[in-house]
Amino acid sequence: MRIALPLLAVVAALFMVSLLTGPADIGIGESLAALLSGGDGPLALVMREIRLPRALLAVMIGASLGLSGAAMQGYLRNPLAEPGLIGVSGSAALGAVLAIQTGLAASFALGLPLAALAGALGGVLLVMALAGPRGTSLTLILGGIAVSSLAGALTALVLNLSPNPFAASEIVFWMMGSLADRSMTHVWLALPFMVLGLALLAGLGRGLDALTLGEDAAQAMGIDMVRLRLMLVIGTACVVGAGTAVAGAIGFVGLVVPHMLRPLVGAHPGRLLWASALGGAAMVLLADIAVRVVLPERDLKLGVLTALVGAPLFLHLILRLRRERI
Amino acid sequence: MSLVSVTDLGVRMGGRAVFSDVSFEIGAGEVVGLIGPNGAGKTTLMRALLGLLPFEGQSTLAALPAAERARLAAWMPQSREIAWPVSVETVVMLGRVPHLGTLQRPGEEDRARVAAALERMELAEMRDRPATQLSGGEQARVLIARALAQDTPLLIADEPIAGLDPAHQISTMQSFAALADVGKSVLVSMHDLGLAVRHCTRLVLLGEGRMIADGPPGEVLTPERLARVFGISAWYKVTEEGPVYQPLEVLR
Repeated sequence: MRIALPLLAVVAALFMVSLLTGPADIGIGESLAALLSGGDGPLALVMREIRLPRALLAVMIGASLGLSGAAMQGYLRNPLAEPGLIGVSGSAALGAVLAIQTGLAASFALGLPLAALAGALGGVLLVMALAGPRGTSLTLILGGIAVSSLAGALTALVLNLSPNPFAASEIVFWMMGSLADRSMTHVWLALPFMVLGLALLAGLGRGLDALTLGEDAAQAMGIDMVRLRLMLVIGTACVVGAGTAVAGAIGFVGLVVPHMLRPLVGAHPGRLLWASALGGAAMVLLADIAVRVVLPERDLKLGVLTALVGAPLFLHLILRLRRERI
Repeated sequence: MSLVSVTDLGVRMGGRAVFSDVSFEIGAGEVVGLIGPNGAGKTTLMRALLGLLPFEGQSTLAALPAAERARLAAWMPQSREIAWPVSVETVVMLGRVPHLGTLQRPGEEDRARVAAALERMELAEMRDRPATQLSGGEQARVLIARALAQDTPLLIADEPIAGLDPAHQISTMQSFAALADVGKSVLVSMHDLGLAVRHCTRLVLLGEGRMIADGPPGEVLTPERLARVFGISAWYKVTEEGPVYQPLEVLR
């Protein structure tokens, strides 16, 4: 609880900065007035249709990745687990890639995100079928790896056979992940899935705490492991599927954020859930501000930046871990 | 009053019967030692009677809904897993999970139980230390304290004293005896027959794919059974200091 308020303050501050960042040079007072009062002017249009959805999606996707990452690490009792592990992001990407390749994405605005959601659904159903209803965490990982590599292979196949170089380069750029040029339609599309997913994942705290002592002990403490795993898989599929559908693949957030915040919540898996949701929102907001500030002319992709920042951060954590173990 | 009763319990794993036709009851105020050679199925028996794996026959505990069972029996697995560097107190507080509602936070009574369990296992001074930084024996005591904090009529512990120093082995067994004094019961698997004879009120001997004997320690550990099941000889005498039991030689 001690870190909830500071994290919340950081997210709120970054949200404001994100609203105020962009190529159009608008003063703080003016932009906020335009955002709140609306109207038909170009200023209101920029604020409401371009910057607001971008900032909102950053918060939603960041919170999703952070929360699902913390839940996945708690369930597998492994600090290297991440939400992509169950194959949902890979299969969502496959759906999106197929939409671009077939021209579905170009034919109507929601073609791509809807195809990605369909891909995510297919992926999660396949993982659940592979892992079995009563399986352990190991069968879930193996099922996830199988689906991830299958989706990856099929995505590569689409690229490989793509007769159209423009479609291929569009696919490659889409897969890097970005929040540029998203509209409120994207927000409304992702929101119901994310609300459902976040609600499912947020209810896992008690079970994940008990899992600290292993699956056997948790089960004997009255935790229903089958139900917990189902909530985890469906919740992760909802948030990651919806996130990938509207923004592409954004890596490292779900891995790094829970890792960084763990010491601040006393390693408590339940408390880490909400802390990571806030931390993830802050990290994606920050990264999305950075892509606009660092290279405003070049459309730097969000997923590229999170990976660029995330990898060294992770390296630093590994080095710290090594020092502690000695 | 019986806390758990198993009837004709059997477990098959990979097509092979681990054991079959095991029947016994545990009443109030007992410390039941579960003994038997490696691979006799002690852990499997404990997990089966808790309903943690598929079995044949009946177990009154496994028949209960999970939440209700967790308020009746605490389980301390042999694998001493503490996945995250949480504080000792946090681990012990996990024992209160079965007693809390979905959104309920630990209250006065929960904290009192945790404090008592920490005190009982001599862990009060290390309550704030990360549990993962403790030694193996200390971690075992933390997990015993966790099971004690669950405050159930029955405690089922799988080799809880393995790896503990002699003083803590004895004091842990005395803690179990103290539980029995207030009407609770313990089912504990162990390999140290000397401690089992001294501190258990009853022994259940598992081996050869079945339950070989069930009764007071002195009656269960006859020289013939020892030779047949464990392949050892032993010296046994009821002294002024209580029963003393010392395994001597390997016979085969």
